[in-house]
Amino acid sequence: MNAEARVQGTQAEQGLIEQFAALKASGESSADILAVREKAFGAFEAAGLPHRRVEDWHYTDLRSKMRTAFPIKEAKSGGVLNIERLNACVFTLENGRLNEALSSFGDLEQGVIVRPMSKALAAQTPEAFGTVATQDDALVNLNTAFMQDGLAIRVKDGVKLTKPIHIIHINSEGESASYPRNLVEIGEGAEAVIVERYVGDNDAAYQINALSEIKVADKGSLIWVKLQQDGEQAQHIGSTAVHLGEEVEFDHFTLNTGSQLSRSQVFVACAGENSKIGCRGVSMLSGKQHSDITLLVDHAVQACESREFYKSVVDDNAHSVFQGKIIVAPHAQKTDGQMMVQSLVLTDDAQVSVKPELEIFADDVQCAHGSTTGDIDEDLLFYLRARGIPEAQARQMLIIAFLSEVIEEIDNERVVTLLEDLVKEWLEAKKG
Amino acid sequence: MLEIKNLHAKVDGNEILRGVNLTVKPGEIHAIMGPNGSGKSTLSYVLSGKEDYEITEGSITYNGEDMLELGPDERAAAGMFLAFQYPIEIPGVATMTFLKTALNAQRKARGLEEMPTPEFMKLVREKAADLNVTPEMLRRPLNVGFSGGEKKRAEILQMSLLEPTLCILDETDSGLDIDALRIVSEGVNKLRSPERSMIVITHYQRLLDHIVPDVVHVLSKGRIVKTGGKELALELEKNGYADFVDEKAA
Amino acid sequence: MVAVQETIDQVKAIDVDQYKYGFVTDIESELAPKGLNEDIIRFISAKKSEPEWMLEWRLDAFRRWKTMEEPSWARVHYPKIDFEDLHYYAAPKTAEGPKNLDEVDPILLDTYKKLGIPLSEQEILAGIAPEHRIAVDAVFDSVSVATTFKEELAKAGVIFCPISEAIRDYPDLVKQYLGTVVPVTDNFYATLNSAVFSDGSFVYIPKGVRCPMELSTYFRINEQNTGQFERTLIIADEGSYVSYLEGCTAPQRDENQLHAAVVELVALEGAEIKYSTVQNWFPGDAEGKGGIYNFVTKRGDCRGDNSKIAWTQVETGSAITWKYPSCILRGDNSVGEFYSIAISNGYQQVDSGTKMIHLGKNTSSRIISKGISAGRSQNTYRGQVSAHRKAKNARNFTQCDSLLIGDQCGAHTVPYIESKNATAVFEHEATTSKISDDQMFYCLARGLNEEEAVALIVNGFVRDVIQQLPMEFAVEAQKLIGISLEGSVG
Repeated sequence: MNAEARVQGTQAEQGLIEQFAALKASGESSADILAVREKAFGAFEAAGLPHRRVEDWHYTDLRSKMRTAFPIKEAKSGGVLNIERLNACVFTLENGRLNEALSSFGDLEQGVIVRPMSKALAAQTPEAFGTVATQDDALVNLNTAFMQDGLAIRVKDGVKLTKPIHIIHINSEGESASYPRNLVEIGEGAEAVIVERYVGDNDAAYQINALSEIKVADKGSLIWVKLQQDGEQAQHIGSTAVHLGEEVEFDHFTLNTGSQLSRSQVFVACAGENSKIGCRGVSMLSGKQHSDITLLVDHAVQACESREFYKSVVDDNAHSVFQGKIIVAPHAQKTDGQMMVQSLVLTDDAQVSVKPELEIFADDVQCAHGSTTGDIDEDLLFYLRARGIPEAQARQMLIIAFLSEVIEEIDNERVVTLLEDLVKEWLEAKKG
Repeated sequence: MLEIKNLHAKVDGNEILRGVNLTVKPGEIHAIMGPNGSGKSTLSYVLSGKEDYEITEGSITYNGEDMLELGPDERAAAGMFLAFQYPIEIPGVATMTFLKTALNAQRKARGLEEMPTPEFMKLVREKAADLNVTPEMLRRPLNVGFSGGEKKRAEILQMSLLEPTLCILDETDSGLDIDALRIVSEGVNKLRSPERSMIVITHYQRLLDHIVPDVVHVLSKGRIVKTGGKELALELEKNGYADFVDEKAA
Repeated sequence: MVAVQETIDQVKAIDVDQYKYGFVTDIESELAPKGLNEDIIRFISAKKSEPEWMLEWRLDAFRRWKTMEEPSWARVHYPKIDFEDLHYYAAPKTAEGPKNLDEVDPILLDTYKKLGIPLSEQEILAGIAPEHRIAVDAVFDSVSVATTFKEELAKAGVIFCPISEAIRDYPDLVKQYLGTVVPVTDNFYATLNSAVFSDGSFVYIPKGVRCPMELSTYFRINEQNTGQFERTLIIADEGSYVSYLEGCTAPQRDENQLHAAVVELVALEGAEIKYSTVQNWFPGDAEGKGGIYNFVTKRGDCRGDNSKIAWTQVETGSAITWKYPSCILRGDNSVGEFYSIAISNGYQQVDSGTKMIHLGKNTSSRIISKGISAGRSQNTYRGQVSAHRKAKNARNFTQCDSLLIGDQCGAHTVPYIESKNATAVFEHEATTSKISDDQMFYCLARGLNEEEAVALIVNGFVRDVIQQLPMEFAVEAQKLIGISLEGSVG
């Protein structure tokens, strides 16, 4: 599709080509890793930055939105963010590079192994590395070509972690790019909660392209929460690729409030039967933010259940994009997939684009999707006001209620509380 | 005291109220009866300030204050309360949270401190028990999944908690079986006091067996066409509304 | 229940070879040489005795078409079409020039009779109440061979004639509206159609007129290796109403045949157009050989305030369907509706749906789509609903259900929902399921066999859409559903 001849690259594409040449010349990567990088960059270069005529990028034309490609600038961020409310083991990356001094390697629970990705790659590449993420996605390929650092986490079979693992990405350098890369393996029957948070300096225009590859073995359980709270001028591309074994319980949650431009991609592949998947998220957008959540749940085997539930609140001139696709492969009988997307459009300058897709090749399935788009319901507002609640407060209540419906579906009280607080903070900040 | 003078109201360009006059003094209970489409529910919405209605003529004052200048929340703070015919479901808002927010919003508007949480909880539990509203219902999102009877009981619970001085009950009996009707009516009767007035809007007389009115009005085609004592309701029960509809037309 | 019983009877009566319209009419035709160039376009234009402006319009379209690429975004796969290997004009020799019914070649009349479309007015009138009469424009390959009830319609001021005739007789109307809903360069196939369109129907309903009968066009592709490129233009002037039906069939042939039509509807202030289609082009044989490529652009423009356009389609035929009857809701308070049943069986591929483009205030739209996939077919619903900034209080409701019969087929749903203002309220629901074992068991326990049970349940599944069809079509459509699903169980 759209295999048009690419005559000449954009300024950003040219920049990336030059940066990649420099990275090769630096000789920092081992021969093996360099080969991986070169293959990925080759694939990226052939396709270029995705644009509106590429169906999956129709609503987020990266070729026009990403004018220049900033280089990697590794530097300390100069500050520790006091954003801990989870009682978690914290790991901090600054401008794409792990800061071991701000990471609790010494404070880990029994049965979990965490290594800096840069070291893991330098020693012996973990077996699962590069096997989960698709190689057809331009931005995944770009991450692989330029990946800097991150975490390689392995929770051993049967180990149930009591504390969440919290990965914080701080970006502070203007006109810089960072490429964090994680690999997470949850062993058979193991359990974990992992929160990744992206924050950054509001004055710094930076680009981030993150990729987490996640494998959950049979009967494993993982709650993965992504908090995208990047700085106001940031361009955030984040991909999460997930491979699930049998009887797995996997929940993914995205909270999307940061960045000028963001695209969060979630790719879930069900490889074992009888797994339960929940993909959920809330986006709260204002100003001129453009935020895109793109989700693909591939029911490749039978008898898995998936729930996809996303809500967005769109204010000012913001544009919220949601693309979700449930694929049911031939013979993936007894699949149960239900997707719901709801958007609150608060102003006449805000925009919502929603594309909830079903692609179904098996007959004995229960699949459905629904979508609603509109402003706050006037009848609800009247009811609250008739009980004496002033309009502004009533609107806030209804926005919180609207978003809580998704948040409350997460089976972890601490995470729910954290998310609800973040929603309230966003509303408070907007008011001020 | 509520005074409605020559009230005309339109919705989507159609005139529904065509000159309603009504005065309700403190402590009085007025029943407003009328056939379907006579404007009963419109009157209740207009009184509480719903925006879909255009007031083309007339006035509503309550305790000397011009209500038409006020938004729905300000009218609630002034002491008005509408018990909805169809209470709205609000997913994501726990009933308890809602009650607390509403109570404190009204207290704030009246210049009072927020009610401390323990005191509030105690108050709600007491009132809820009277109305057979279970703690489980209070934890659920407001009205979501409530049965018809549960919704109406939740409305009366709100009324007793917020202690309004003017209660407007819009078809509170609709959808209730005889037991639910009794519980709801007892709840309402408990709130009767010399300071509190009520407007009870109903199609049927049976509610008025339980909540006995001082005055009964018949509303037809947007106007009050007859006013009498509680015996008027019985007369309507016997003869139907046909007389009034025809009388008006003649 | 009567209709259901009829479906069951129909299913029972069917032979293995289900496509009953697959016969070929043996009639001598005049063909344009194969291939596409400016000379061919001049040839077509000359055949139709067109004025110079029309020829220029076509040539302009052709020049633009040469710069365009075939779209590839739809979920359909087919070998590349060789546009040089087609005849762009085919006409029965006897059909040249305008005719009245008495002069129409009896072979053609007989063909349409076999298709269940009597063209003789006496036959039509026999036993039919006046309000149920249907005026028919019959298009055979590239030309219109007959139009019935022209005089009676003329009395009401309604113009119903082949578009070739309208170009000659009503050039001002054609010039004013042609290409204003589907611009010449709208898409690859529409541009091709603009260059080479052969015939089609033209309808004009004057101000305030309620068209006294249903209008209908019946399309038939007969000749081998021809493309059919008909063009339909319907204009409903202020306060008027028309209901229009379209039916299509083609002989059973091994090769694929191309059908690339353009339909433009214009509803002025307060006007209403109801457009119904029962599309039953040859779908290809049991191995997926042959069949029609149905690449059609249909669009209605609710140009005036308070106007309404409703599309209803029953799509059972064609090897490949690529079709999105759409509404541009330009006038304030205008209403767009789309009701669709798309059934695919064998190796059919369907990519169909609609676009509801809300531009005016208080516009509303409704989409009910029922897709049924059986055999090894792929059935995609693709629909766009968008509200622009000025479309205050736009409303849409979409219900999109898919039913799968067997585990070799696919059912896909691709909605695009785009809102650009706070007052727009859009609701979309979609489900995919199969006929439940419980439903089947219940029917079997009541004595139906499997095929009867499927036909019964499917008819229930599509009921919301069938109800939108004019009565005569509804019965026809129900029969067709039974036939199309023949062989899909067991």
